[in-house]
Amino acid sequence: MKTIWFHMQGYRDLPDDFHTRYESVWVTPPNDELCDSAQVSKYLRWNVEELELADDLGFDGLGLNEHHQNAYGFPVAPNLIASILARRQSDAAIVVLGNTLPLYNPPIRVAEEFGLLDCLSGGRLVAGFPVGSPMDTVGCYGLPPTEVRPRWLEAHDLITQSWTRPGPFAFNGRFTKLRYVNPWPKPLQKPHPPIWLAGGGSVETWKFATDHDYTYSYLSFTGYQAAAGMMQAYWDQVEKAGLDDNPYRAGFAQAVVVADTDAQAEKLYLRHIQNLYAKSMHIPPYMGGVPGFMSKASVKYNIAKRGSAGFGGSVPNPYETDWNTYTRVNKQVIGGSPDTVVEELENAIRTLRIGHLMVILQLQSMDRELTEYNTRLFAEKVLPRIRPIWEKEGYVDHWWPNGATRHARKAPTAHAEVEPAE
Amino acid sequence: MNAMTIKPVEVAAAFEPNPVMMAGSGAPVVYLHGVFGPEWNGLLDDLAERRRVIAPATVGADEPDELKSIDGILDLVLYYDTLFDRLGLEKVDLIGHSFGGMAAAEYAAVFSHRVGKLVLIDPLGLWRDDKPVADHLYQTPAGQQALLYADPAQAEVVAANAPPEDADAKVTAAVRRMTATAASAHFLWPIPDRGLKKRLPRIKAPTLIVWGEEDRFASPAYAQDFAAGIAGAKVRIIAGAGHTPQVEQRAETSRAVLDFLGS
Repeated sequence: MKTIWFHMQGYRDLPDDFHTRYESVWVTPPNDELCDSAQVSKYLRWNVEELELADDLGFDGLGLNEHHQNAYGFPVAPNLIASILARRQSDAAIVVLGNTLPLYNPPIRVAEEFGLLDCLSGGRLVAGFPVGSPMDTVGCYGLPPTEVRPRWLEAHDLITQSWTRPGPFAFNGRFTKLRYVNPWPKPLQKPHPPIWLAGGGSVETWKFATDHDYTYSYLSFTGYQAAAGMMQAYWDQVEKAGLDDNPYRAGFAQAVVVADTDAQAEKLYLRHIQNLYAKSMHIPPYMGGVPGFMSKASVKYNIAKRGSAGFGGSVPNPYETDWNTYTRVNKQVIGGSPDTVVEELENAIRTLRIGHLMVILQLQSMDRELTEYNTRLFAEKVLPRIRPIWEKEGYVDHWWPNGATRHARKAPTAHAEVEPAE
Repeated sequence: MNAMTIKPVEVAAAFEPNPVMMAGSGAPVVYLHGVFGPEWNGLLDDLAERRRVIAPATVGADEPDELKSIDGILDLVLYYDTLFDRLGLEKVDLIGHSFGGMAAAEYAAVFSHRVGKLVLIDPLGLWRDDKPVADHLYQTPAGQQALLYADPAQAEVVAANAPPEDADAKVTAAVRRMTATAASAHFLWPIPDRGLKKRLPRIKAPTLIVWGEEDRFASPAYAQDFAAGIAGAKVRIIAGAGHTPQVEQRAETSRAVLDFLGS
């Protein structure tokens, strides 16, 4: 089982009445009113320190993603932060999940920067290729919703070709036309770093994952109970495609809070959980469900499955919702003593059948100190107990970077594909 | 007048047949729909008393995947031109509302000899920084109604927006509104300006510009900008109406359009 310390990199001091005063956490929260650059200067140092701490404490990977004009997370240039981590002497994976391909023009930029990061890190890079959220692509970067997925598909083809074909060659796409595709450098991992897909429940993305034998991560804040149906549909697609049931084909993001006891966890974290769902998930349906972003088939599927085609994760009355509801009834958050957390996490991991856990240990308003407490306790009391999951079944993670050798165990001879780094 | 029927018309291999709404007989008049997709409104009934009314769907309105074959305004205009060929139309009178007005103006600028008369009802397609066109995508359903109508509670408006009673039909209508909105957004988002201003002077058809005086979606100030670009264009401002005067002030709007068409 691989556990990735995933950083949302958000704005930690939003006002308490944020969700009643402002339209959305994303796209339109007014920067001059809400975003103090001096505060951001502090958060950025904290963010990097927290990621470096996670590296030191033995997490299998460090996770970053890309968002724009978003108070819940504004990692606008994930490769910049990743380069700080890549420079460290480490054997942890750097999971950039990812670069939002439709936003790079021309997208060969992603091939170059991922190539650079992979070389700099010694082959520790995971190359995440998300389609992007409707807020980032349509709202912030002004793409017509109907262009987002076609641009993503084309960028994927360009980047993978640039990594697998000898350059220079010509690329004649609908959106990108390049006479000389010839990126320097190519990645250290051959033929290229493992490619991970991420999504919020688009039917087409599952099919794309199985067509290319990529691993797929479901990124939401709904918790594993609500995600089970969605993940099962993905596994149905895996079976339909005739692929094996290796849990490393799937990943999931999960907010987790740990303390000495369940009662202590409630006392320390409930307010931050409420802030997460009140502030960070404050996204109006017309942004998350903007027409044309999802295909007609996905719209129909989502309306039938969950009554809306929006962006998953919101809670009706976040500040009136109590600890028991968050952690025991709806299970959006896994929280409590180490024993409680291990039990729930194992349930989540086995229910969803995931090999990659993106664990979110810094929630919205949590400061540096509390984040470190949560991270240390997780690393000491939880991580060693979930690591052996899937071990005795003998599954091998074929989607892990070659240079990230931390906790690597000898692969069974039949699947000896993971080569140790030089 | 005979009742409206929908006839699927083949256009080209990359597209599903266009479900063209038709009614009436006589000289043909083509109507292009607004941002949220096909609707059959009172103006079309009034036109069908004297003319053959032909109202095609926006390309991609039923299946946005079709828009993979449409890269911009030229492709949109060529789509309509092919459709008019398939319908056996030679010269057409063209009416467009909102996004349809933008499409009609673009068509009339490219195929300037094929359009007899042109009617633009609260058309989109231009942009001024002092009066930005409203964002119809980032709106609640109530917010969208407020952009379309001066008074969303007006009886005619409520009647025109009555949801279907059947549960399945409701879901179908909700999906259709999503897909039709996606199709117009393909040409409108993020700024509904694809260079029409520089093409307006190519329009040769006698043109009537109709605008609701209380339009909150696109200010009536744009009426003068359209008129300034199209030689000889007439402007008719309709009081007591917003972005959709053909529904809000049907009698006056229909009379203005029919008088102009001279039928």
